Amino acid sequence: MSALATRHLLTIEDITAQEIGTILDIATSFKEVNERTIKKLPTLRGRTIINLFLEPSTRTRTSFEIAAKRLSADAVNMSGSASATVKGESLVDTAKTLDAMDADLVIIRHAMAGAPQILARCMRASIINGGDGKHQHPTQALLDLFTIREHFGSFEGLKVGIVGDVAHSRVAGSLLPALKMLGVETVAIAPPTLLPARPDVFGVETSTKLDEVLPTLDVIYMLRIQQERLERSPFPTLREYAMLFGLNLARLKNMKENAIIMHPGPINRGVELSSDAADAANNLLLYQVNAGVAVRMALMYVLLGGESDGAIA
Amino acid sequence: MSTDSVVSIMDERDIERALTRITHEILEFNKGAEGIALVGIVTRGDILAHRIAANIESIEQVRVPVGSLDISFYRDDLASRVSPEVHKTTLPFDVNGCTIILVDDVLFTGRTIRAALDAIMDYGRPSEIKLAVLVDRGHRELPIRADFVGKNVPSEANQTVRLFLEAVDGRSAVEIWQAKPGEHIGSAPLPKSKTDEAVDL
Repeated sequence: MSALATRHLLTIEDITAQEIGTILDIATSFKEVNERTIKKLPTLRGRTIINLFLEPSTRTRTSFEIAAKRLSADAVNMSGSASATVKGESLVDTAKTLDAMDADLVIIRHAMAGAPQILARCMRASIINGGDGKHQHPTQALLDLFTIREHFGSFEGLKVGIVGDVAHSRVAGSLLPALKMLGVETVAIAPPTLLPARPDVFGVETSTKLDEVLPTLDVIYMLRIQQERLERSPFPTLREYAMLFGLNLARLKNMKENAIIMHPGPINRGVELSSDAADAANNLLLYQVNAGVAVRMALMYVLLGGESDGAIA
Repeated sequence: MSTDSVVSIMDERDIERALTRITHEILEFNKGAEGIALVGIVTRGDILAHRIAANIESIEQVRVPVGSLDISFYRDDLASRVSPEVHKTTLPFDVNGCTIILVDDVLFTGRTIRAALDAIMDYGRPSEIKLAVLVDRGHRELPIRADFVGKNVPSEANQTVRLFLEAVDGRSAVEIWQAKPGEHIGSAPLPKSKTDEAVDL
């Protein structure tokens, strides 16, 4: 018996609202393990997990590596510069090579959307999307949901505002559909150039006026301005962006009383978050990072467990 | 045979009598309640552990710590089954140096107990671990035996012996069921309402 209907997590739509609930529940137990002195379980002993990160990353890769090691799996890291891709090997050939080494799970981060789907098609291993281009980052969505649920107890009646480059953000690309599945009201707040082209697909409202929407939000999710992904300048200056869409001391005071700030990291201090907002007590950035390890452990556990159906007592 | 052929072997009063005797045996072995901690394996063993603790309190006027243990992450059969419900493990006491009485509902292959021993060791080094079970149904696959047994129940390998408790099932009984081919043999699943709670968003 497997806990999920899917073997891979390529997009957040691969799992149902109920399966999200299962993963978050299991993550709660792993969070308790992560608070022990001995943060190690024998659960995935002997399994091989490969972190194939063909795009720079520190927190996500480290988080997956720690998650794998706490479950006693053998974790191997591969980065773009150190792999044969610089020698001209294609992604499919890299995938087949790793498959020949009997990897059980591959986590892939790639600059191109759809790379995880390509791996899923040509490998026997389970695949987790660790972020593909401007498309999706489903484990980030799961850890964000975990954080929101831990803080508010449930998703009922919440309103989540995502502020910043929603159009190019893979974080929003996974979080918005996940929140839609769970029936949470969402609003994207950004300059018109950074709003999603088809907000109806995500079931998200849009606004260009942060100060109007801010007092109605329970979760203020600040996206990083990804200067490396912006081809043409979508706004005149960073200073103007910070003034209109950045979270600063004045706006902190304009938030609902129990509202929280979230951010996928890394932050650009002085752009989307002023130092006051970055260090505010209700900024759960580090809680998100902490939850990330437990959520990724839970995901590995449900993806790698229950593959065959032999009945054992 | 179908699952209709269910044989009830213990009712609530039998269960209560067995737990009372187990309590006395624990106290006799330990010469009192000093240094004892009870650890029940979820989802029925923890309830039994609390009932034994209540018995100890009424006999010795001592409140012993009770923990609950979920062994999902320590199972040796992850490749064939993964438990979608994982419950919280709470050991609200220092494991080091204490005498742990591990409590489970039905002792069968011994694999659950093997996993539970590993789990406890990850919290520290108890001076001693003893095993109390309500039912021992035989068919051990590991060199494990119980120190305190409520009832020995001879059973066939294709049968499943299940404990139901008032607190979660609305009735109390130990029953022998004929397992359908391919069906998981083990503890009774939690009632649907309880399962829903676990996955409720």
